[in-house]
Amino acid sequence: MTQDLANRLISEIPYAQTLGIRADFSNHSLLLILPYLKSNIGNPTLPALHGGAIGGFMEVCALAELRRRSPKLPFSKPIGVNIDYLRRGKPVETYARADIFKEGSRVANVRVRAWQDNEDEPIAALSGHFLLPKTL
Amino acid sequence: MSRFIQKLWEIGPTLVNGTPHASELGMKFVAIDKGIATLSLPYNSALIGDPRSRVIAGGAVTTLLDQACGLAAISGFDGLAQLATLSLRIDYQRSAEPGEMIIAEAECYKTTRHVAFIRAIAHDGNPEDPVATAQSTFMLTGPIHKLPDAASEEQGLAE
Repeated sequence: MTQDLANRLISEIPYAQTLGIRADFSNHSLLLILPYLKSNIGNPTLPALHGGAIGGFMEVCALAELRRRSPKLPFSKPIGVNIDYLRRGKPVETYARADIFKEGSRVANVRVRAWQDNEDEPIAALSGHFLLPKTL
Repeated sequence: MSRFIQKLWEIGPTLVNGTPHASELGMKFVAIDKGIATLSLPYNSALIGDPRSRVIAGGAVTTLLDQACGLAAISGFDGLAQLATLSLRIDYQRSAEPGEMIIAEAECYKTTRHVAFIRAIAHDGNPEDPVATAQSTFMLTGPIHKLPDAASEEQGLAE
Protein backbone atom coordinates (compact mmCIF):
# COMPACT_ATOMS: atom_id res chain seq x y z
CA MET A 1 0.00 0.00 0.00
CA THR A 2 1.24 3.44 -0.90
CA GLN A 3 -0.15 6.96 -0.71
CA ASP A 4 -0.70 6.67 -4.44
CA LEU A 5 -2.96 3.63 -4.05
CA ALA A 6 -4.78 5.33 -1.15
CA ASN A 7 -5.52 8.33 -3.39
CA ARG A 8 -6.69 6.04 -6.17
CA LEU A 9 -9.03 4.07 -3.87
CA ILE A 10 -10.89 7.28 -3.01
CA SER A 11 -10.74 9.01 -6.38
CA GLU A 12 -12.42 5.97 -7.99
CA ILE A 13 -15.57 6.49 -5.90
CA PRO A 14 -17.73 9.37 -7.21
CA TYR A 15 -19.71 9.50 -3.93
CA ALA A 16 -16.44 9.94 -1.98
CA GLN A 17 -15.58 12.85 -4.30
CA THR A 18 -18.99 14.40 -3.66
CA LEU A 19 -18.27 14.35 0.09
CA GLY A 20 -14.76 15.72 -0.56
CA ILE A 21 -13.02 12.74 1.10
CA ARG A 22 -9.22 12.49 1.01
CA ALA A 23 -6.95 9.63 2.03
CA ASP A 24 -3.71 9.61 3.96
CA PHE A 25 -1.54 6.52 4.19
CA SER A 26 1.18 6.69 6.80
CA ASN A 27 2.57 4.35 9.48
CA HIS A 28 1.01 1.40 7.61
CA SER A 29 -2.44 2.70 8.33
CA LEU A 30 -5.15 4.29 6.20
CA LEU A 31 -6.70 7.47 7.53
CA LEU A 32 -9.62 9.12 5.75
CA ILE A 33 -10.25 12.85 5.97
CA LEU A 34 -13.60 14.59 5.49
CA PRO A 35 -12.76 18.27 4.99
CA TYR A 36 -15.25 20.81 6.23
CA LEU A 37 -17.57 21.64 3.35
CA LYS A 38 -20.76 23.65 3.62
CA SER A 39 -22.42 21.01 1.42
CA ASN A 40 -21.93 18.39 4.19
CA ILE A 41 -23.95 20.37 6.74
CA GLY A 42 -27.21 18.88 8.04
CA ASN A 43 -28.24 21.59 10.50
CA PRO A 44 -27.26 25.11 9.42
CA THR A 45 -28.47 26.78 12.67
CA LEU A 46 -26.20 24.83 15.06
CA PRO A 47 -24.27 24.26 12.69
CA ALA A 48 -23.69 20.50 12.55
CA LEU A 49 -22.57 18.02 9.92
CA HIS A 50 -25.32 15.82 8.44
CA GLY A 51 -25.57 12.46 10.22
CA GLY A 52 -25.86 10.85 6.80
CA ALA A 53 -22.63 12.47 5.60
CA ILE A 54 -20.80 11.17 8.70
CA GLY A 55 -22.36 7.72 8.20
CA GLY A 56 -21.49 7.69 4.50
CA PHE A 57 -17.94 8.84 5.30
CA MET A 58 -17.49 5.93 7.74
CA GLU A 59 -18.95 3.49 5.21
CA VAL A 60 -16.46 4.66 2.55
CA CYS A 61 -13.72 4.23 5.18
CA ALA A 62 -14.75 0.59 5.82
CA LEU A 63 -14.92 -0.19 2.08
CA ALA A 64 -11.52 1.46 1.41
CA GLU A 65 -9.90 -0.48 4.26
CA LEU A 66 -11.25 -3.78 2.85
CA ARG A 67 -10.24 -2.89 -0.69
CA ARG A 68 -6.68 -1.84 0.10
CA ARG A 69 -5.91 -5.44 1.06
CA SER A 70 -6.87 -6.69 -2.41
CA PRO A 71 -6.96 -3.68 -4.75
CA LYS A 72 -7.44 -5.80 -7.87
CA LEU A 73 -10.75 -7.20 -6.67
CA PRO A 74 -14.04 -5.27 -6.82
CA PHE A 75 -15.42 -3.42 -3.80
CA SER A 76 -17.03 -5.29 -0.92
CA LYS A 77 -20.76 -4.71 -0.42
CA PRO A 78 -22.34 -3.56 2.81
CA ILE A 79 -24.80 -6.08 4.28
CA GLY A 80 -25.79 -4.17 7.39
CA VAL A 81 -24.36 -1.27 9.36
CA ASN A 82 -25.03 0.10 12.80
CA ILE A 83 -24.15 3.73 13.36
CA ASP A 84 -23.95 5.38 16.78
CA TYR A 85 -23.85 9.15 16.92
CA LEU A 86 -21.92 10.23 20.01
CA ARG A 87 -21.24 13.95 19.64
CA ARG A 88 -22.32 16.75 17.35
CA GLY A 89 -20.29 16.89 14.16
CA LYS A 90 -18.84 20.40 14.31
CA PRO A 91 -18.11 22.27 11.07
CA VAL A 92 -14.43 21.28 11.07
CA GLU A 93 -12.30 18.54 9.48
CA THR A 94 -13.32 14.99 10.47
CA TYR A 95 -11.16 11.85 10.45
CA ALA A 96 -11.97 8.14 10.28
CA ARG A 97 -10.07 4.92 10.63
CA ALA A 98 -11.40 1.39 10.11
CA ASP A 99 -10.46 -1.77 11.93
CA ILE A 100 -11.25 -5.19 10.50
CA PHE A 101 -12.58 -6.92 13.59
CA LYS A 102 -13.11 -10.31 11.99
CA GLU A 103 -12.49 -11.45 8.45
CA GLY A 104 -14.12 -14.70 7.42
CA SER A 105 -14.14 -16.36 4.03
CA ARG A 106 -17.27 -14.54 2.83
CA VAL A 107 -18.00 -11.80 5.33
CA ALA A 108 -15.93 -9.25 7.24
CA ASN A 109 -16.94 -7.40 10.37
CA VAL A 110 -15.54 -3.87 10.32
CA ARG A 111 -15.56 -1.14 12.97
CA VAL A 112 -15.00 2.48 12.11
CA ARG A 113 -14.43 5.43 14.42
CA ALA A 114 -14.85 9.07 13.35
CA TRP A 115 -13.42 11.95 15.33
CA GLN A 116 -12.54 15.64 15.04
CA ASP A 117 -10.25 17.21 17.68
CA ASN A 118 -9.27 14.12 19.59
CA GLU A 119 -9.19 10.49 18.48
CA ASP A 120 -10.24 9.44 22.01
CA GLU A 121 -13.44 11.47 21.73
CA PRO A 122 -15.21 9.99 18.69
CA ILE A 123 -18.17 11.84 17.22
CA ALA A 124 -19.56 8.62 15.70
CA ALA A 125 -18.86 4.93 15.35
CA LEU A 126 -19.95 2.36 12.78
CA SER A 127 -19.91 -1.39 12.98
CA GLY A 128 -21.01 -3.43 10.03
CA HIS A 129 -20.88 -6.64 8.05
CA PHE A 130 -19.56 -6.53 4.49
CA LEU A 131 -19.75 -9.18 1.80
CA LEU A 132 -16.24 -9.76 0.48
CA PRO A 133 -15.62 -9.49 -3.28
CA LYS A 134 -14.19 -12.99 -3.68
CA THR A 135 -17.69 -14.35 -3.14
CA LEU A 136 -19.41 -11.88 -5.50
CA MET B 1 -55.58 16.71 8.58
CA SER B 2 -54.19 18.58 11.59
CA ARG B 3 -52.90 22.12 11.15
CA PHE B 4 -49.41 20.94 11.95
CA ILE B 5 -49.45 18.35 9.16
CA GLN B 6 -50.84 21.01 6.81
CA LYS B 7 -47.96 23.27 7.88
CA LEU B 8 -45.46 20.44 7.25
CA TRP B 9 -46.85 20.01 3.73
CA GLU B 10 -46.18 23.71 3.17
CA ILE B 11 -42.68 23.83 4.64
CA GLY B 12 -41.60 20.23 3.83
CA PRO B 13 -39.82 21.16 0.58
CA THR B 14 -37.98 24.02 2.38
CA LEU B 15 -37.03 21.74 5.29
CA VAL B 16 -35.37 19.35 2.82
CA ASN B 17 -33.86 21.91 0.42
CA GLY B 18 -32.73 24.04 3.38
CA THR B 19 -30.59 21.14 4.62
CA PRO B 20 -27.36 21.76 2.68
CA HIS B 21 -26.28 18.11 2.49
CA ALA B 22 -29.75 16.88 1.48
CA SER B 23 -29.91 19.44 -1.31
CA GLU B 24 -26.31 18.63 -2.35
CA LEU B 25 -27.33 14.99 -2.94
CA GLY B 26 -30.49 16.09 -4.78
CA MET B 27 -33.05 14.88 -2.26
CA LYS B 28 -36.71 15.85 -2.72
CA PHE B 29 -39.67 16.14 -0.37
CA VAL B 30 -42.50 13.83 -1.47
CA ALA B 31 -45.15 13.53 1.25
CA ILE B 32 -45.88 13.87 4.95
CA ASP B 33 -48.52 12.60 7.36
CA LYS B 34 -48.81 12.14 11.11
CA GLY B 35 -45.56 10.31 12.01
CA ILE B 36 -44.87 9.42 8.37
CA ALA B 37 -42.49 11.04 5.87
CA THR B 38 -41.60 10.19 2.27
CA LEU B 39 -38.55 11.57 0.45
CA SER B 40 -36.92 10.74 -2.87
CA LEU B 41 -33.38 10.69 -4.21
CA PRO B 42 -33.14 10.83 -8.02
CA TYR B 43 -30.27 8.83 -9.53
CA ASN B 44 -27.19 10.96 -10.07
CA SER B 45 -23.73 9.84 -11.16
CA ALA B 46 -22.18 11.91 -8.31
CA LEU B 47 -23.72 9.38 -5.88
CA ILE B 48 -22.12 6.26 -7.39
CA GLY B 49 -20.36 4.07 -4.83
CA ASP B 50 -19.11 1.32 -7.12
CA PRO B 51 -17.76 2.60 -10.45
CA ARG B 52 -17.94 -0.88 -12.07
CA SER B 53 -21.63 -1.53 -11.41
CA ARG B 54 -22.62 2.21 -11.24
CA VAL B 55 -24.70 1.34 -8.17
CA ILE B 56 -25.38 4.27 -5.85
CA ALA B 57 -23.26 4.34 -2.63
CA GLY B 58 -24.69 2.83 0.53
CA GLY B 59 -23.84 6.14 2.21
CA ALA B 60 -26.22 8.06 -0.07
CA VAL B 61 -29.03 5.65 0.86
CA THR B 62 -28.01 6.05 4.53
CA THR B 63 -28.34 9.83 4.21
CA LEU B 64 -31.74 9.60 2.50
CA LEU B 65 -33.01 7.27 5.25
CA ASP B 66 -31.56 9.51 7.99
CA GLN B 67 -33.27 12.57 6.52
CA ALA B 68 -36.62 10.76 6.09
CA CYS B 69 -36.43 9.38 9.65
CA GLY B 70 -35.72 12.88 11.02
CA LEU B 71 -38.72 14.35 9.20
CA ALA B 72 -40.96 11.49 10.40
CA ALA B 73 -39.73 12.18 13.96
CA ILE B 74 -40.66 15.89 13.70
CA SER B 75 -44.11 14.85 12.53
CA GLY B 76 -44.26 12.24 15.33
CA PHE B 77 -43.38 14.85 17.98
CA ASP B 78 -46.21 16.95 16.54
CA GLY B 79 -44.16 20.15 16.56
CA LEU B 80 -41.13 21.77 15.01
CA ALA B 81 -38.01 20.84 16.95
CA GLN B 82 -34.26 20.46 16.66
CA LEU B 83 -33.31 16.80 16.56
CA ALA B 84 -30.10 14.78 16.59
CA THR B 85 -29.69 11.22 15.31
CA LEU B 86 -28.70 8.86 18.13
CA SER B 87 -28.54 5.59 16.25
CA LEU B 88 -29.17 4.35 12.76
CA ARG B 89 -29.26 0.71 11.73
CA ILE B 90 -29.41 -0.09 8.02
CA ASP B 91 -29.76 -3.46 6.33
CA TYR B 92 -29.01 -3.51 2.62
CA GLN B 93 -31.29 -6.12 1.09
CA ARG B 94 -30.05 -5.68 -2.46
CA SER B 95 -28.26 -3.23 -4.76
CA ALA B 96 -30.35 -0.33 -6.00
CA GLU B 97 -30.98 -0.44 -9.76
CA PRO B 98 -28.56 2.00 -11.48
CA GLY B 99 -30.58 4.84 -13.02
CA GLU B 100 -33.62 4.42 -10.77
CA MET B 101 -34.85 7.00 -8.27
CA ILE B 102 -34.82 5.83 -4.65
CA ILE B 103 -37.80 6.49 -2.38
CA ALA B 104 -37.56 6.44 1.41
CA GLU B 105 -40.65 5.94 3.56
CA ALA B 106 -40.19 6.47 7.29
CA GLU B 107 -42.63 5.85 10.13
CA CYS B 108 -42.19 7.23 13.62
CA TYR B 109 -44.05 4.59 15.67
CA LYS B 110 -43.26 5.89 19.15
CA THR B 111 -42.18 9.10 20.83
CA THR B 112 -41.27 9.63 24.47
CA ARG B 113 -40.47 13.01 26.08
CA HIS B 114 -37.02 13.10 24.50
CA VAL B 115 -36.70 10.24 22.03
CA ALA B 116 -38.41 9.18 18.79
CA PHE B 117 -38.30 5.63 17.41
CA ILE B 118 -38.53 5.30 13.65
CA ARG B 119 -38.46 2.51 11.09
CA ALA B 120 -37.98 3.11 7.40
CA ILE B 121 -37.55 1.44 4.04
CA ALA B 122 -35.84 2.57 0.85
CA HIS B 123 -37.05 1.17 -2.48
CA ASP B 124 -36.64 1.90 -6.16
CA GLY B 125 -40.22 1.51 -7.30
CA ASN B 126 -41.70 -1.44 -5.47
CA PRO B 127 -42.09 -1.03 -1.69
CA GLU B 128 -42.55 -4.83 -1.47
CA ASP B 129 -38.96 -5.30 -2.64
CA PRO B 130 -36.92 -2.74 -0.67
CA VAL B 131 -33.31 -1.84 -1.35
CA ALA B 132 -32.76 -1.27 2.37
CA THR B 133 -34.59 -1.26 5.69
CA ALA B 134 -33.66 0.96 8.60
CA GLN B 135 -34.33 1.46 12.28
CA SER B 136 -33.34 4.66 14.04
CA THR B 137 -33.66 6.73 17.19
CA PHE B 138 -33.61 10.52 17.38
CA MET B 139 -33.28 12.79 20.38
CA LEU B 140 -34.78 16.23 20.94
CA THR B 141 -32.07 18.84 21.39
CA GLY B 142 -34.42 21.74 22.07
CA PRO B 143 -38.05 22.62 22.83
CA ILE B 144 -40.94 21.45 20.64
CA HIS B 145 -42.77 24.35 19.01
CA LYS B 146 -46.38 23.19 18.83
CA LEU B 147 -48.98 24.92 16.72
CA PRO B 148 -52.28 25.63 18.48
CA ASP B 149 -54.83 23.41 16.75
CA ALA B 150 -57.85 24.93 15.05
CA ALA B 151 -60.35 23.42 17.53
CA SER B 152 -58.74 24.97 20.62
CA GLU B 153 -58.43 28.31 18.81
CA GLU B 154 -62.14 28.30 18.02
CA GLN B 155 -62.81 27.45 21.65
CA GLY B 156 -60.62 30.39 22.62
CA LEU B 157 -62.72 32.69 20.42
CA ALA B 158 -65.95 31.39 21.89
CA GLU B 159 -64.78 32.08 25.44
